[in-house]
Amino acid sequence: MTLTESQQLAYANAQAADGRVNVELETDDGMVLNMGPQHPATHGTLRLIAHLDGEQVTSADVMCGYMHRGYEKLCEVRTYPQVTTLVNRIDWLGSFANEVPFILAAEQLMEVEAPPRAKWIRTILFELSRIANISLFIGDLALQLGAQTPAFLAFRDREFVLNQIESVTGGRFHPNFDRIGGLKDDLPKGWVADTKAAMVRLREFCDLMEGLVYGNEIFQTRTRGIGIIPAKVAESYGLSGANLRGSGVDWDLRRDANIGLAYDDLDWKVWTHPDGDCFARCWVRLQEVREATKIVDQLCDGLPSGPIMAKVPRIIKVPEGEAYIATENPLGAMGYYVVSRGDIGPFRVKIRSASFNNISIAPWLLRGVYVPDIIAILASLYFILGDIDR
Amino acid sequence: MPRPALKIPGLFTGLKITMGIFLKTMFPARGIKTLLPAPTLGAVTVQYPHKSPPEVPAARARGVIALKEENCTVCMLCSRSCPDWCIYIEGHKTKAPPRRPGGKERTVSALDRFDIDYALCMYCGICVEVCPFDALFWSPEFEYSEPRLADLLHDMDRLGEWMETVPDFETYEAGSDAKVRKVPR
Amino acid sequence: MASVLALDWGNYWQQSIFRVLGSAVFIILGAGTFVIAFLFKMMSYMQSRLGPMEAGPHGTLQLVAEVGKFLQKEDLVPARADERLFKLAPYIVLASTFLLAVVMPFGPDAYFVNLDTGVFLALALSSISVIGILVAGWASANKYSLIGGLRAAGQLIAYELPMVLAVVGVVIQAGTLNLQGIVAAQHSGEIFGWDGIGNPFILTQLVGFVVFLIATQAELAQTPFDMPIAESEIVTGYMTEYSGMRFLLFFIAEFATAAVFAALAATLFLGGWAVPFVDLDDNVMNVVGPLVLVTKMMLVGTLIFWARFTFPRFREDQLQSFAWKALIPISLVNILATMVLKVAL
Repeated sequence: MTLTESQQLAYANAQAADGRVNVELETDDGMVLNMGPQHPATHGTLRLIAHLDGEQVTSADVMCGYMHRGYEKLCEVRTYPQVTTLVNRIDWLGSFANEVPFILAAEQLMEVEAPPRAKWIRTILFELSRIANISLFIGDLALQLGAQTPAFLAFRDREFVLNQIESVTGGRFHPNFDRIGGLKDDLPKGWVADTKAAMVRLREFCDLMEGLVYGNEIFQTRTRGIGIIPAKVAESYGLSGANLRGSGVDWDLRRDANIGLAYDDLDWKVWTHPDGDCFARCWVRLQEVREATKIVDQLCDGLPSGPIMAKVPRIIKVPEGEAYIATENPLGAMGYYVVSRGDIGPFRVKIRSASFNNISIAPWLLRGVYVPDIIAILASLYFILGDIDR
Repeated sequence: MPRPALKIPGLFTGLKITMGIFLKTMFPARGIKTLLPAPTLGAVTVQYPHKSPPEVPAARARGVIALKEENCTVCMLCSRSCPDWCIYIEGHKTKAPPRRPGGKERTVSALDRFDIDYALCMYCGICVEVCPFDALFWSPEFEYSEPRLADLLHDMDRLGEWMETVPDFETYEAGSDAKVRKVPR
Repeated sequence: MASVLALDWGNYWQQSIFRVLGSAVFIILGAGTFVIAFLFKMMSYMQSRLGPMEAGPHGTLQLVAEVGKFLQKEDLVPARADERLFKLAPYIVLASTFLLAVVMPFGPDAYFVNLDTGVFLALALSSISVIGILVAGWASANKYSLIGGLRAAGQLIAYELPMVLAVVGVVIQAGTLNLQGIVAAQHSGEIFGWDGIGNPFILTQLVGFVVFLIATQAELAQTPFDMPIAESEIVTGYMTEYSGMRFLLFFIAEFATAAVFAALAATLFLGGWAVPFVDLDDNVMNVVGPLVLVTKMMLVGTLIFWARFTFPRFREDQLQSFAWKALIPISLVNILATMVLKVAL
């Protein structure tokens, strides 16, 4: 069919634009599959450029940055309460967990310590955000691999946790509850009993997922032996969280680092799995949720009484200095390096986000796997784009 | 390391679970009415807005901010501390009669304009927290979406109307030594 | 009362038009029922939610609303796509479904055609959809579609074999390829000498039934065999570039094929339109027969969609090795056992 002049011109322009924007060079090492920023499988706007030979990947490149919001620059021109609000939105599924290392770093600079009741409630909310985050992961994992039902069940059972977070902080997703010196407010009446009931439901959810997803033979053939990360490689790439523990490395900042949360007074276990494949990572996360429900139960039982806030001035000016605190967030190890010049806001905040390092292993890991395995591996590595790009 | 047994039952367990959920959603009633299908009861979703959800939002839920105009002294703390700069305040100073006869005249500030732009608001609550004079309160109301973006700018009168929906502060859990504040009505 | 479907009236053209319209009605109704009952309601209830509720009572008219929605969408053809092939592909897939529906018997005199090679024709016709999918995958000028199309080709061809072999066991027991004959054999047959309820082949050919269901699941590209579509990897595989009415054609074809295969499974294994204690030639079966067949169709459909909503998907090579290394040997053993038992007993 013949094209008009303008149609030919438009077509040529489109081709040129394609060539400029995409890095797709059709070379000899196979077809280039651009799993672009908009894709049902990547948890957000991640771009994966895979060179395929048939269905096998010869090489893969990860291009992140499509969701960069300039957090570190924003933090330079905000006060500490405002930064606390903003960092909720880095890892938006377990939002309270983002505030904790920042507040702890600021408290370290101010040399103020939160009272024990505040520490314990902080830990409860930290673990609740872990449960909320990882229960969605389990549902999403099944969805990536093709089963649609577990995703809805995960959303359904996660509501219990979100309701508990809302009744304390006022926000389901963005609590904005941590303050330098303690917490914003105390627990409302009946919250402890409701939370323990919610934990019972969450344990039933874990059993449900184990029966529906983890025990399923198809799921196991899709995840066992896929994407094996040896322990040394995991450590050298800076992986953290369940990705590291799924390769058999016994490393958990809640136990190993001396941070200002209540873990030392509790009886809990760090779960590892020696295989290092996708199934190991996913399994470790399931056990983490179960362990988190037990931790919350212990915390609720032994909650100390007392004030919720230490004595801090109304307008907080953090003295000069630098502090780095990293905590075991649901996604991995998240750290904040806070530099203060004695002002009402930080001078510079560097955010070490877990997913950024977790995704760095993807090019190494994705060599030689099949296209469906890309999805299984990315799902098991579990990153959140807000965490990668900030 | 615990490994689930790799036999056929894994597949059937999954089938049993989904059929169980299906039957529970379809026939939620117990007792005499067990065999009557009643999916609207059995599902966890609600046909909003035809029906309202069974659980109202928590009392502390951050739905909308209400303004108690009489308490505001136009100190501008809320406007300054908003991360989005979505609060617009204008005020002027007037003279008020002295407290005791024969005393000095007092200078008081009066509000001309207090607007909150809910199109920008992040619902962080910093403004409510920093207000030293108990003029801002959270209300769990959330049904105020508008067809026009400009209507999301709530002015002083509208913010005052939200005061009726502000619930009383809740009592605290055992072991807390915080005091329950009062909402000025 | 003479059955309307008994085609000894009218000339060739009247009969043909009637057949076309009749099978169109069966296709649309079958697809519609399956979509509403299984996709909208069964899937939703399995996920603790209600599904579409607004259009019609409890969302039963949702499909009508969807048809209206798709009809008014923009007609998009990608710039680099092969336009003629792109537009042709949905019709090839739909054609195979239509042709399949024509051979289905609904009652003793209620059928569109009564061929002596009914089963053979049905299985052969189901392979035509592979061509349509390949054409769709290639003509879309999209790498995702290409991958989906190639996966579909491999999968659908691989799973043709277990399906055919599973049916061979039925044919051996029934002694005929004619679908009416198979229904008659089930109605009047005996299970090892006992003829209380006839011989529904699901009892004596259970292995064949299971293999047939698994192969059907793969032929329909349903989870756990939905690699060609694989929504989380290749967006919608060969259907990625299709929108509007063309997508609706694929969608209807998918569910209509499910309905027709469920009807085929019901005819081959569950006894078709016949009911055990009613005579085969009874005229009332011309009215009751279709209803019986629809009920059995829904039963088989429940099994198919129950598996679809529960399981994750296989990877392509696992899928292929499952077909070649597990299903085909099992069905061959089934045929052997059937032959031996048929001759010996």
